[in-house]
Amino acid sequence: MRGMLLIARRELMAYVNSIWGYVVVVGVLVLNGLFFNAFAVTSRPRVSSDVLEDFFYYSSGFITVGGILLSMRLLAEERQTGTMNLLDSSPLSDAQIVGGKFLSAFLFLSGMTLMTLYMPALIFVNGKVSLGHIAAGYTGLLLAGAAAVAIGTFGSSLVRSQLVAIVIGAFFLVFSALSWMLGRVVDPPMDDLVPYLSIYDAHFIQTFAKGRINTEDVIYYLSVTFVFLLLSTRVLSSRRWK
Amino acid sequence: MIEVNGLTRYYGDHPAVQDVSFSIADNEIVGFLGLNGAGKSTTLKVLAGLILPSAGTVHIAGVDALEAPDSLRERIGFLPEEPPLYREMTVAEFLSFCGQLKGMSGARVRSRLPEVYKICDIGHVSKRVISELSHGYRKRVGIAQAIIHDPDLVILDEPISGLDPVQIVEMRRVITGLKSSCTVLVSSHILSEISQTCDRILVLNNGRLVAEGTEEELAARQVGGGRVALELRGELAAVRAALDAFEGVSKVQADAAPDRLVRASASLDGDNREALVAHLVSAGVGVREIRDAEAELEQIFLDLTQRADATTQQQALQQGDT
Repeated sequence: MRGMLLIARRELMAYVNSIWGYVVVVGVLVLNGLFFNAFAVTSRPRVSSDVLEDFFYYSSGFITVGGILLSMRLLAEERQTGTMNLLDSSPLSDAQIVGGKFLSAFLFLSGMTLMTLYMPALIFVNGKVSLGHIAAGYTGLLLAGAAAVAIGTFGSSLVRSQLVAIVIGAFFLVFSALSWMLGRVVDPPMDDLVPYLSIYDAHFIQTFAKGRINTEDVIYYLSVTFVFLLLSTRVLSSRRWK
Repeated sequence: MIEVNGLTRYYGDHPAVQDVSFSIADNEIVGFLGLNGAGKSTTLKVLAGLILPSAGTVHIAGVDALEAPDSLRERIGFLPEEPPLYREMTVAEFLSFCGQLKGMSGARVRSRLPEVYKICDIGHVSKRVISELSHGYRKRVGIAQAIIHDPDLVILDEPISGLDPVQIVEMRRVITGLKSSCTVLVSSHILSEISQTCDRILVLNNGRLVAEGTEEELAARQVGGGRVALELRGELAAVRAALDAFEGVSKVQADAAPDRLVRASASLDGDNREALVAHLVSAGVGVREIRDAEAELEQIFLDLTQRADATTQQQALQQGDT
């Protein structure tokens, strides 16, 4: 546990000290704010809860993309710069290395996610929404963000190139975004399964974004996170045998 | 201290290291010598716990590398050819991180740092960001991260590559200074470096250990009576002709010196020095001195690797015949 926290702390400092962390934060916040103003608030009168629901809808996309962008460097960069040798020759398990990396990116992403709170706060002050709706939405955003960071970590564990790591992570996100369409063109039982795998539609937009927390969705996100972190650990371990 | 038995490591179908066995005592500096691709780095990576062997066993201070890899890594410091440095950190931050990564407490790292600064002579750059340091200083910080946790074994892969002559002298001082506190394994393809810093040499060729011992022991293992140095008097051409005419002499080198002196060296096929002296005297060459030549490490290395290659080819031919 100590080794994992040590790696997480160093990685967090690397985000804070590098330009990339700020680029992702500024990019996500600016785009999220623009979409909030243009498509959620709009110029016509709307019910506050619908505005909040739309805010969570767009935010889920930006936060998950941010998760992939933040996690692409986690392991690929270590291989690229040769610092993986430092971790490999330390008495740390591969699970601790992956866990520490994931934790740092997730904490940074969580900080970025909480910076969007001013938008629901504006709706709360000027309209009529419950704090429970906001809390449920943010719980969902953090869970989806954790899943995205785990997917990005997996992509980063496979290759040396950060660009290729992004492409791998983006593939999973695009699949998630389009799975509702895929579900319409495939035969049973895949027509039920494919949309179910999406990290957006069935598990976020229909529930968390509307202010509901389903245990099934929480378990789904935690499972996706766990599976991709486990796969990352396995990929990392395999290099000792290759 | 280190016991390696039958170490074999494949990359796919390619055997990078085959059936390598050796042992190393405490507080020895041992050099791995070999051409590029000889298997030096692979062997060091296995010893450092970075990769696992395909076959064979590695014990370091009694700990089995396969059974207790984490415990083993606590006892080892490793510097790869390219130092693994987080360049955005200061030297002090980086070494503190490395120490804790190796299981040290924060207080223990703080008390150990001054000693490491002294050994590697990096105290005056401890507050500087690593990206601002020269290549030589980065190598020293690389060594510092390898010894911060006071390991039993320090493994240095090509520690002087890319250094200028002044930095090489400094690095040599740092490496020999490590001997008092731990065992050191150094790999290099630069023969003079191995010769000057190491107590013992392991020669690898095509993934196999072809020889081991001190430089003197390796020289003594050369074919037949070895190489002799001669101080002769006569005309250079006549001396050369007399040496060439003697059967059992090869690789003759002769240079003229003042007063018709000729300094020569030659390899003998057997211990036939008396016959050589009698032959030279009968040819009218004055023999002032004959003694064992101090074999150059380059010559020893070439002889060893050529002999190993010849043996391998011969075995392949024999297998083809059968």
